[in-house]
Amino acid sequence: MSTVEIVIRLVYLVAAVGFVIGLHMMRSPATARKGNLLSAAGMLAAIVATFFLVADGTLGFRVTTWGWFALAGGLLVGSLAGLGGARRVQMTAMPQLVSVFNAVGGGAAAAVAIVDFLRVAGESAPGAEFTIPVSLDVLIGAVTFTGSLIAAGKLQGWVSGSPLTFPGSRVLSVLSALAGVTGVVLVVVDPSVWALMVVLIAASVFGVLMVLPIGGADMPVVVSLLNAFTGLAVAMAGFVLSNDILIIAGALVGASGAILTKLMADAMNRSVMAIMIGGFGVGDSAASGAATDGMADVRRTDVDDVAIQLAYASKVIIVPGYGLAAAQAQREAGELGAMLADRGITVYYAIHPVAGRMPGHMNVLLAEADVPYTQLKEMDEVNPEFDTCDVALVIGANDVTNPAARRTGNAISGMPILDVDKAHSIVVIKRSLGHGYAGLDNELYANPKTGMLFADAKKGLTGLLAAVKENVA
Amino acid sequence: MTPALINDLGLFVLALLVGFEVISKIPATLHTPMMSGANSIHGVIVVGAVLIAGLVDSPLGYVLLFIAAAFAAMNVVGGYVVTDRMLGMFKAPREKQPAAPERDVLT
Repeated sequence: MSTVEIVIRLVYLVAAVGFVIGLHMMRSPATARKGNLLSAAGMLAAIVATFFLVADGTLGFRVTTWGWFALAGGLLVGSLAGLGGARRVQMTAMPQLVSVFNAVGGGAAAAVAIVDFLRVAGESAPGAEFTIPVSLDVLIGAVTFTGSLIAAGKLQGWVSGSPLTFPGSRVLSVLSALAGVTGVVLVVVDPSVWALMVVLIAASVFGVLMVLPIGGADMPVVVSLLNAFTGLAVAMAGFVLSNDILIIAGALVGASGAILTKLMADAMNRSVMAIMIGGFGVGDSAASGAATDGMADVRRTDVDDVAIQLAYASKVIIVPGYGLAAAQAQREAGELGAMLADRGITVYYAIHPVAGRMPGHMNVLLAEADVPYTQLKEMDEVNPEFDTCDVALVIGANDVTNPAARRTGNAISGMPILDVDKAHSIVVIKRSLGHGYAGLDNELYANPKTGMLFADAKKGLTGLLAAVKENVA
Repeated sequence: MTPALINDLGLFVLALLVGFEVISKIPATLHTPMMSGANSIHGVIVVGAVLIAGLVDSPLGYVLLFIAAAFAAMNVVGGYVVTDRMLGMFKAPREKQPAAPERDVLT
């Protein structure tokens, strides 16, 4: 091993430590940003070191002039695209941007494997220790590339959020999966470029067909799962190129994505399997369904009543849900909270693990609206507080507040919920009595303690803000 | 199995275990930034794109290299910047000074 190689292996080790400690520091909001910077510093070191390795020529290869152009041009174009997207995106559109970044990561992993395969297959008959990771890399990378793009399209609304199927789509999806696996076997048994193309095409088709039938409400779980897949594809690229840092970082992401996916699915009381097979996720539009008959005896309230209730409470818990994110009303919610806090009222925001579009998404939205993170309380922490809470203000949240989850025998049985019904009084801002994605009536709305303020989250909150100012100034 | 492959497998398995352990302790509050952070870490595939630069000498190879480099760079740069932006929004209470202008992690 040459000196250059030794130094580079050590830099890789330092980078790996940066990734692990960086992720570790993301456990707390106080250190999370530093953790991300540490991880980025490790990344920069690994990339710079790799440039030296390639330029040094110890690998036995020389980069041609055109090679440098293609590499530099690609890095420049990609960096600008990534930077532009990351800096301009609205925070509400952030999940789909993460999905796009995930897609290109998977695509890059597949491209790297294809390049190495084209070279090796042209010179000799490669062994299984090469062909297995190459074909798996292409398989997983292509699935995440097309799958993540469809997921991003669904989150953005370019592809319908409702489950899309067409006659024979299930059969085609099974066939494409079989074709992909057959391609992998072919590449391993008798390595050839066309066999690898079978893997690439079949996996690309499968990625599309896998995500299309899944409802928009389940997209967070899908994006997280595909994130884990990309990690594995990158680790496979590490096996192909015998590169430590690719293997370590890829496996790290593969494991983290798997855990996160399970946490999300658990919080929704669903299994990852049920979601991937295409369960009852019916997309975003369900939340705006019409009022139902069985729920006639709900009590309506208006902004002035609610404003007075809030202004003279001593403890208010705000429960934000998807409706708040969809209406982009986080700033108004933050203003209302700040106004109440200024009056000496204890204000908490109760964050259900799946509030918004992804676990933690609601925290990001509220943080964007300058809500201090000490007011954000997770479910387990906030649930005991409802007993002593004067007003629980539910903004566009539905299933996560439905007491029916405590009973058995319905779609959300066993799902952990926020104990909103234990508050002294409850105000629900919602457009209609429509269902959440579980398709159930919410018993909370029929509770005698509950007043319904029928409005879009943004309009409702704007009205409330004005009414609080007017009534108590 | 070559000794190098055994080494690689060892790294792979241990890194998986570390990943499970590190992530399972992250509070739900930070799951989205964490997922975005993990997303940027798999942008390490840019290392792979640099490594294959020496392997190509045909038009098809150059095109694939360009695609790999562009995709990987987008993943890594965009990933870190958007994560930093998200985390920059988590402010401690009573932090009076306005947020610093967004920094570019990698440019």
